[in-house]
Parts: sequence; structure tokens; C-alpha cells
Amino acid sequence: MGFELFGLPMIYYIAMIVKVLVVFVFVLLTVAYATYAERKIIGHMQVRLGPMRTGWHGLLQPIADGIKLFFKEEIVPSQSDKFAFLLAPIIALIPAFIGFAVIPFGDTIEVMGYKIPLQIAAFYDTAAGKVVDLNVGVLYILALASVGVYGIVLAGWASNSKYSLLGGLRSSAQMISYELAAGLAIISVFMMSESLSLQKIVADQAGFGWYAFKQPLAFILFFICSIAEINRTPFDLPEAETELVSGFCTEYSSMKYAMFFMAEYANMVTVCAVTTTLFLGGWHGPGFLPGWVWFIAKVYFLIFVCMWIRATYPRYRYDQLMRLGWKVFLPLTLLNIVVTGLIAR
Amino acid sequence: MANKEVMTVNMGPQHPSTHGVLRLVIELDGEIIEKITPHIGYLHRGVEKLSEHRTYHQTIPLTDRLDYLAPMSNNLGYVLAVEKLLGIEIPERAQTIRVIMAELTRLKSHLVWIACHALDIGAMTVFIYAFREREAIMSLYEKISGARMTSNYFRVGGLSSEVYDGFEKDVREIIDTFPAHFDTYEGLLTKNTIWMQRTIGNGVISAEDAIDYGITGPALRGSGVDWDLRRDNPYSGYEKYNFTVPVGEKCDTYDRYKVRLVEMREAVKIIRQALDSLKPGPILADDPQVCYPPKENVYNTIEGLIHHFKIASEGFPVPEGEVYQSVEAPKGELGYYLVSDGGNKPYRMRIRPPSFCNLGAIEKMAKGAMIADLVAVIGTLDIVLGEIDR
Repeated sequence: MGFELFGLPMIYYIAMIVKVLVVFVFVLLTVAYATYAERKIIGHMQVRLGPMRTGWHGLLQPIADGIKLFFKEEIVPSQSDKFAFLLAPIIALIPAFIGFAVIPFGDTIEVMGYKIPLQIAAFYDTAAGKVVDLNVGVLYILALASVGVYGIVLAGWASNSKYSLLGGLRSSAQMISYELAAGLAIISVFMMSESLSLQKIVADQAGFGWYAFKQPLAFILFFICSIAEINRTPFDLPEAETELVSGFCTEYSSMKYAMFFMAEYANMVTVCAVTTTLFLGGWHGPGFLPGWVWFIAKVYFLIFVCMWIRATYPRYRYDQLMRLGWKVFLPLTLLNIVVTGLIAR
Repeated sequence: MANKEVMTVNMGPQHPSTHGVLRLVIELDGEIIEKITPHIGYLHRGVEKLSEHRTYHQTIPLTDRLDYLAPMSNNLGYVLAVEKLLGIEIPERAQTIRVIMAELTRLKSHLVWIACHALDIGAMTVFIYAFREREAIMSLYEKISGARMTSNYFRVGGLSSEVYDGFEKDVREIIDTFPAHFDTYEGLLTKNTIWMQRTIGNGVISAEDAIDYGITGPALRGSGVDWDLRRDNPYSGYEKYNFTVPVGEKCDTYDRYKVRLVEMREAVKIIRQALDSLKPGPILADDPQVCYPPKENVYNTIEGLIHHFKIASEGFPVPEGEVYQSVEAPKGELGYYLVSDGGNKPYRMRIRPPSFCNLGAIEKMAKGAMIADLVAVIGTLDIVLGEIDR
């Protein structure tokens, strides 16, 4: 490992590729099994069993679903805009996955004498003696979340179907209003950590100094806005089944539909990971378990909460949702920033 | 911006929340509804015409299929109409069992209403819970009549058969669990902020308008009109039971929701009273012209067999005349208008289905609202296409 590239030992690049692979496979598996978990959890909340036939207690269900969707006929409506129709699922899916690049999912580990931080877009700067990561990690995530909405808007528009169009419209309006509130909610976190680097934010929360305790309002607001941004119940208006049939993905079938489906769940995983990182101390936890175990446990808990909410709440109406976003959440986040500015610093 | 474009959307007949095969042609300005045109008839089977070629008993199974969520209420309205034409007295036991079954049917129908209404608004869990409870009533249906949905249990003059041993115990067991279940639904919905926001102020129709449109049942009472046929025009011995008729104030979906929930609790009370007053006795009127002979006679004596065969094949003559009999079905006033020319088949039968009249007000209730509101209005009207199209 004597080679160096751009002044960094080769092992850093190898480690990065390994991290990318591990995280990608992990997120992919989580996404697949989140669909299973959702059906099981909501099933049991609703006094039924959920999938039971494929494998032991239906454990092979996600694989069966995947195979089924893979082999289904691709239907592209004749009146649709073909290019945009194909592009939309890709735009929806990719940002959902690459958000994970900046999320620290564990402590720094040592491999062959080199320190490797468990975060994809980061390396250990031996000279400075600290981990260097993307210094605007949070902005990167917010930016990706904004890109993801284009997938849904494009899908709604390109399908050339009325229900899809309404779904796409709802989605764009919803995301714009909630992104703002979500962005403002985490400003108070930046004010306390004085950094946009996720490494720094996590480091600040060591020893149960979680921002969820210091910024409870921001935590709740951010989590709710996140749920709204990823279109989950009670904010699942873009695909409100009982109103818009399937909303933006009405005309989609086969793998293109599967991509939207995966994007939805990947978004949920990402959002829960971001919430964990920003508010629940990231990978920090009592020392008897390694950091990444704590990280996964917290993320999975938040995913469970998302599913719990879905089993409990009805759906908002479009205008009520907008009112909530602009008239309740936005002022509250601004107030929170002011209060944080006055008290915390 | 000067010329506004209206988007016409076909909602149904295949749509997740049109409760069957209702088709609504909606004109939309954005998400705001400008015009709703209901198109019906996808489920038309010609029940009224069919009945003209069937004996009076043969029409009873057709009535099961009107409001298929409340078959016994349909049976009840029909047999009462025929009995009124015949002018026969129904034994008390038969009347009481009819009331028990009609109220269980009300529970059954309202359970489907709360399930679908909640699901339309997005609360999935209530849907599954309500269907679980409905299952108990379905099982009872099956035990008593042999069919889970198309019960065909009532007969002109009484009931098709005596209830099985342990019927009273079964009914008590079922209804004893119900108040707790209603609390569960209320816990999930009544004070739920999102539920309240979605239903309060939704689908408002004033009392005058409701009467003008011919709305009946819980939808009418939700608008503050204190009118319930069970109390105001009693039939089948309803005058003997104590129950309150809930009335709404704000004329909106939330009030109709509360009215129906109280109605479910009241139905449980009526069933309790009916069970307490249930005494042994005959279940068919003493009128050999109309009523089937007891099964022992049919199986053991030739006279009984001939008697049964005559009624089954030929039916019975009904005196000339016309009659209108209505009952308070779960969805509203279900009326049967029968004209007899003295033969064994109705000359004409006309059904006044509550859902049909209630659906007429949909544009009044949802115009100017959003698509999501329309879905809530369909849910709160509690329509069944089987009885709208007949």
C-alpha cells in the first residue's frame, strides 16, 4: 500500500470503494426489507398477519415482489412524453440513494494502521489528526432532496394522465413548502454546532448531548417535515389512492414503478438517517455496542415510527397541508431560530 | 390567465373510492370541483321488473341484492309491504327476531360505512377493525340463514325458520363486545385533529336542502332533522323499545359521523331490549293461505307436502290494492310501493332506495370543494350501488 494518489495513501481509495459498496448494499437491503417490515408491522397493528406464504413468515416476499415487478410488461402510454417518462423514475431513485454519502454511520475504525472514518465522503487527515468530511454535508442532503421532487413532477407531467398530473402538482407544492420548514428547522442545529459538517454535528452530540433534547421543537418539526417531504402518511397526497388512484405513478408499471417504490423507501431510510444524525446523536450510544449498531438501531426505530404513523393517521387535504406548512411550521421554525439565538448562544 | 381551462375527469366506474361502480364526471379547476355529474346504471339488474314475473316469495331473494350490505333490512321492508296488503298479523316472536336482525344489519352496514369512510380519508386501521367486527355478524347471519350476505331469512308472515339453540347467547356475546369496539374507533378518529379537519365543514347541506333533495336516514339527521321512521312511523314493534334518535347540528360530515356512531350504540341497546323481551312462540302467522306449513308436516304428511308445494310453486293471491311501506334502513328510508291486481305476482313494484335519493345531493354537497372533499362526501353519504341501480 505504498502508492499514493493526490497525496493520499491508496488504502483510502480502497476503503472508500468498500464503504460505498457496503452502504449501498445495506441501504438496498433495508429498502427491500422495509417494504416487508411495513407490511408486517402494519399488519400486526391491524390484527392481521401480513405476508406469510413466501418463505418463513413471508421473509422472501421482497424478493418475490422484485422478481414479479422485474418480469412484468413495460407499458409506456402512447400519449406520454417517452423521454421524460423514462427519466422520471431515475431522477427519483438516484438522489434517494446518494444522500447516504455524507452520513457518518459509525466511529473511526483502524485498518492496517490507517484510520478509516465510517462515512463515505470522508477521510482521516493524519497531519491534522482529524476526520475531514464534506463541510456542507447538510446542504448536500437538502439539495438532493430538492432534486428528488423533479422525478415525481416529471412523472406526473410526462404520463399525460389527469390523475398523474394532479399527483405531480400536489407533490411539487408539498415539497416546496415543507422543504423550507425542514431547512429552517435544522438551522438551529447549525447555530449550536456552528458547523454544516455532519462529522462535527455528530461529535457535538457525544454523551447523550443529543440535539433532540436541546432542540426538541426543531426535532419534531424536522421529522414531521421530513415525513411530508417523502410523501408518507399523513402527507401522502401525491399518491393518495382513494382520491387520485395512484397519483403520479398511476401510469407506471414494471421496473419503472419499482424504482418509484424503491425511491420512496430509500427516501424514508435517508430521512431517518439524517434525523438520527442531526438530532439523535448519530452513532453515539452506550459503549457496550459499536457505534454503527447504535446508528442502525436508531434509524430502524425512526422507520418504525413512520410506519406506526401510517397505521394511525388519516390523510391531510391538500390545502390543509399547505396551511400547516406555511402558517404553522414556518413561523414555529423561525421562532425556534430566534429563541435559539437568544438563549443557546 | 384570462381564459380558464376546466379539466374533465372521469372518476369511476373503476376508482378506489367510488364504492362500487359509481361514475362521476367531474369538472375540475385545479383541484376545485366545478361540476359533478353522477352516472349510474352499471349495476342495473331490473329488480322491479323481475318482481312482476315472480311470486311474492320469489322476490325476497332479489331484495337481498339491493343494498347488499344490509340484506335483512331490505327483506324487512318488502315483507312488511306484502303483509300490509294481505292485512295479516305477525306473531310477536317473529317481530322481535326481525327487530334483532334488522338492528344487527344496521350495525353491519354502519361498520362497513365507518370502515370505508375512514379508508377514503386515509385511516386504514379502522377499516380492518370494523371488518373484523362485521365478521361476527356475518357468522351469525350464516348460522341463522345459511348465507353470509344474501340472507333471504324473512318470509311473508314471519321468518323462514326458527332460530337455532343458543342464538340469544350468540347475539349477546357479539353485542357485548361492541361498545368497546366503538370506543376504539372513536379513539382513533373522533378527536383526531386530521380527522376533524377533514370532516368538520365538509359536505354541508342545510336541513331545508336535505329535505328538498329527499335525503333520509343518518344523512338527514346529521343535518338536524329529527326524523326516524322507527320512532315516527313504527313498524315491526319498534314502538316498544326505548332508544334515542341522534341529531346533528352543523350539517357536516363530522356530525353525520357522530350521528351514525350514536346510532350504532343505540342499535346495541335496542337489540338488548329485544332479546330481553324475546319469548317462545310461533314464528309464522296463522294463515295457511300465505304461510308455509311447519317442516314436520311437510316431511311426514302428504297434506303438508302438498300445502308446501302449492305455496312454493303457485305462491298466494294478494288482494287487489296498492300499498307503500317504508322502513328505516341503515342508509335511510327504504320504501316499497306495491300494486296488486289480485294475482299471485305483484302488478308493479317500485323501490324507493335511500342511496339513490341521497346521491342526488352530491353536487350540492361537494361543489366548490376539493377532490379530497368529494371522496369524504361519497363516504359520508354511504351509498351502495346495488340499491341505486336496482
